[in-house]
Amino acid sequence: MSPSAVEIAAAVRSGERSAREVLEEHLAAVDAREDEVHAFNLVLADEARAAADAVDAAVAAGTDPGPLAGVPVALKDNMCTRGVPTTCSSRILDGWRPPYDATVVERLTAAGAVAVGKTNLDEFAMGSSTENSAFGVTRNPLDPTKVPGGSSGGSAAAVAAGFVPLSLGSDTGGSIRQPAALCGVVGVKPTYGAVSRYGLVAFASSLDQIGPFSRTVADSALLLEAIGGHDPRDSTSIPDPAPDLTSVLDRGVEGMRIGIIEELSGDGLEGIAGDVRVRLGEAAAALEAAGATVETTSVPSTVYGLSAYYVIAPAEASSNLARYDGVRFGLRVDAPNAGDMNTATRTAGFGDEVKRRIMLGTYALSAGYYDAYYGKSQKVRTLIVRDFARAYEDFDLLLSPTAPTTAFPIGAKTADPMTMYLNDVCTIPSNLAGHPAMSVPFGLGDDGMPVGVQVLAPATGEATMFRAAAVLEAAAPAGHPLVGGALVGGAPTGGAS
Amino acid sequence: MSEQAPEIVPGWETVIGLEVHAELATATKLFSGAPNRFGGEPNTNVDPVSLGLPGSLPVLNEQAVELAIRVGLALHCRVQPSVFARKNYFYPDMPKDFQISQYDLPINEEGWLELPDGRRVGIERAHLEEDTGKSTHVGGGGRIHEAGHSLVDYNRAGVPLIEIVGAPDLRSAEDARAYVSELRSILVSIGASDGKMEEGSMRVDCNVSVRPVGQAEFGTRCEIKNINSLRSLGRAIAYEARRQVDLVTSGERVEQQTRHWNEDEGRTHKLRSKEEAYDYRYFPEPDLVPVEPSDEWIGAVRDALPMLPRERRHRLAEVAGVDTSAAALTVERGMDDLAVDAIAAGADAARVLVHVENNLADGVGALDAAAFAALMAMEVGGDLTATQAKTVLAALVADGGDPAAVAASLGFEAMDSGELEAIVDGIIAENPDDWAAFTSGDEKERKKKSGFFVGQVMKATGGQADGRAVNEVLARRAAG
Repeated sequence: MSPSAVEIAAAVRSGERSAREVLEEHLAAVDAREDEVHAFNLVLADEARAAADAVDAAVAAGTDPGPLAGVPVALKDNMCTRGVPTTCSSRILDGWRPPYDATVVERLTAAGAVAVGKTNLDEFAMGSSTENSAFGVTRNPLDPTKVPGGSSGGSAAAVAAGFVPLSLGSDTGGSIRQPAALCGVVGVKPTYGAVSRYGLVAFASSLDQIGPFSRTVADSALLLEAIGGHDPRDSTSIPDPAPDLTSVLDRGVEGMRIGIIEELSGDGLEGIAGDVRVRLGEAAAALEAAGATVETTSVPSTVYGLSAYYVIAPAEASSNLARYDGVRFGLRVDAPNAGDMNTATRTAGFGDEVKRRIMLGTYALSAGYYDAYYGKSQKVRTLIVRDFARAYEDFDLLLSPTAPTTAFPIGAKTADPMTMYLNDVCTIPSNLAGHPAMSVPFGLGDDGMPVGVQVLAPATGEATMFRAAAVLEAAAPAGHPLVGGALVGGAPTGGAS
Repeated sequence: MSEQAPEIVPGWETVIGLEVHAELATATKLFSGAPNRFGGEPNTNVDPVSLGLPGSLPVLNEQAVELAIRVGLALHCRVQPSVFARKNYFYPDMPKDFQISQYDLPINEEGWLELPDGRRVGIERAHLEEDTGKSTHVGGGGRIHEAGHSLVDYNRAGVPLIEIVGAPDLRSAEDARAYVSELRSILVSIGASDGKMEEGSMRVDCNVSVRPVGQAEFGTRCEIKNINSLRSLGRAIAYEARRQVDLVTSGERVEQQTRHWNEDEGRTHKLRSKEEAYDYRYFPEPDLVPVEPSDEWIGAVRDALPMLPRERRHRLAEVAGVDTSAAALTVERGMDDLAVDAIAAGADAARVLVHVENNLADGVGALDAAAFAALMAMEVGGDLTATQAKTVLAALVADGGDPAAVAASLGFEAMDSGELEAIVDGIIAENPDDWAAFTSGDEKERKKKSGFFVGQVMKATGGQADGRAVNEVLARRAAG
């Protein structure tokens, strides 16, 4: 098992280990399994070596490179990196190199992290299995016949495979938490506005949020502290600094009131697998054992979340993705006039799922249909916010499964979009409400694949959420033995706690 | 507005409503720090946001909001919390293929604008939105669908616009021109825009419909685009009104259309019909938060507003004892402060306005109110003739100074009244037929001959005589 980010940063900052040495170990791990897993669209080995050497030079000069000193990080390939291709796993961005870095990329660099590559995703983050990529599927490193989840499947797989201790994903309806659950790692969707979206290629602007993947809860806390906080370039950014998470992790859940969301956890919802329910029950018991009171509660409108989401997200996407018209950047398929060129470019450049959602969204916003679809969905969203607010009058945190099942076989759900969409039934309500939620690995399912438990908190409730996550992590049954991979060609120091 | 308007086609009333887009005079664009600057090499005043690059996000320009509030207050609108919305349609010069505009919650609603003659035109709304880039279609007659290729300049993309939607209260081309002139004066006076139609910083779309005089319902309207001057505006309205009346009187129906004004051909032609209109699929812009200017901010903007053209007209009209129409030109020329001060210093108001209108078209130069007033006193007192006063005024504009000293240096001296009477008597004696006509009792003849005698006296005195004094002498002689 490779070292955690906390361990690496401490070792590099103290001069005990060099960032370059850490990087080479991780690049070796990538070399060993990347062909099989396909977590990355692009590995930035040379750039990463230069960044690692800069970190080492800073340490040698007596300068602190920052809280993520020398920690290798992978970036979902929908985050802009200056001069480096940013594809969203779509043909339509063919050849485009952004002239600027996303805010999160700037902040990672400022914190001393070393970006090692851009990870695969469902095209434009639309999917739950990373099968909708123009560049091929990503495989679950714990069982390569299975999906890693999605859309941030590459980022989840990279951490699960031990390619990197940390990665960033984006979560619009569960795209961090669901793959985290399926790959047996921690995945966090922060409060909407907690992490700047500047430089994140938009899917659905009112739902998108960047967040961390890691093997440990502490590592996600460390990463979230580094990337969070106000950014004047994002108008929806919360006007506060990032909350302190690392120092509150060990405070436990004594006296906390935690509610299990009935609608997303039990008989109320079709499709939550028995083994997942069993693990959820054990997680609740663990929290109770740690001093929390846990009871089942109702958040009624969450059952309509999926329906509302599949109107709102495509509606915003249909507008956000209009700019891929062949005029300024990316793919252009020539045609006799501008309009035909737009059509030819978009026809060739977008995959089926993206086209499906653009059509859904365009329809939902059309004159005569707006009120029935978009307007009504926004009302559902308001109801969900209201129901959560009521629940949080009685509870500090809520609990549910992250995903209805463990990782499913590649190809199992590609034929029926609705079956695929149902993967996000538990995660979508938090996006609609703008609330934080995270997935914590909690043992294995009947198939030996990881199960994730979702901890939900009210807006800006990250600190409380992480305390519960730390308790669950400590109490969790044994996880998948392959999580974290095994470093090739280097001697790992320590374990993942 | 209910006054009788001149009819373009007799028996038919033209109903006009204008949508004016004005570029706001901010330092940077509406949603990014790229410069808001006219001209420049193509695609130099751009950044990721104004190019609509993936991952870029808009951040609202506070200065643009302040200018929009100024416009709202100057147009007597309700300034209110507002929301940005996306207007979705594909066009190469629109970087994101949607325009960030305001839809159901604009920043300013329900105001009015007063024309120089005192009539008020309703303002439905004045909202913020971003400008597009500019396309140049090469080949195929410059039309996008036939062009061999197109070039796009995004320097203008994202420049802040205020779109001012006027009510259909205008009834003639003259009304429409007066409205646009007044609006431009307001925008310039409050520093919101430079109002240059020729540079495209102020653009006018014009909705026109016709109805038989006396009919209450509006006719079907057409929107005319590509109007680039006040002259075009008048021509386009006249053309379009006649076209619509011709349609209706020949038994056809006016179809709701968007039409393009062709300045060279002097006609409008169809761009698209209502059925072909875009479905813009408006929805609230999720990348921006609602704009909620505080009462304190709005109050501060209100307090900082300069005196507006309307207030200036009313002030001058009151001081000068004329109606606001008569005060309009002086205000338009920016000379109302001078006029008001000169009148306050005792100048004859009517003479002040006449001199502003006739003799100060090129500016006031070094002229100040005290000198203006002193000059008027000399003219009215008979120390200078109107012609002499005009000459002195020109000298004061050029070099300033004391009017009496300037008059003296020009050799202008008041003519002794006895001297003038002698000259008049001599001219009467030399022209007995003309004098007979003057005294015939026919008012028309009298007026005509009055001009003749004044002219002869002027000739005899080398322009030194005062026309009014001459007329007085003539009147006395005629009365016997």
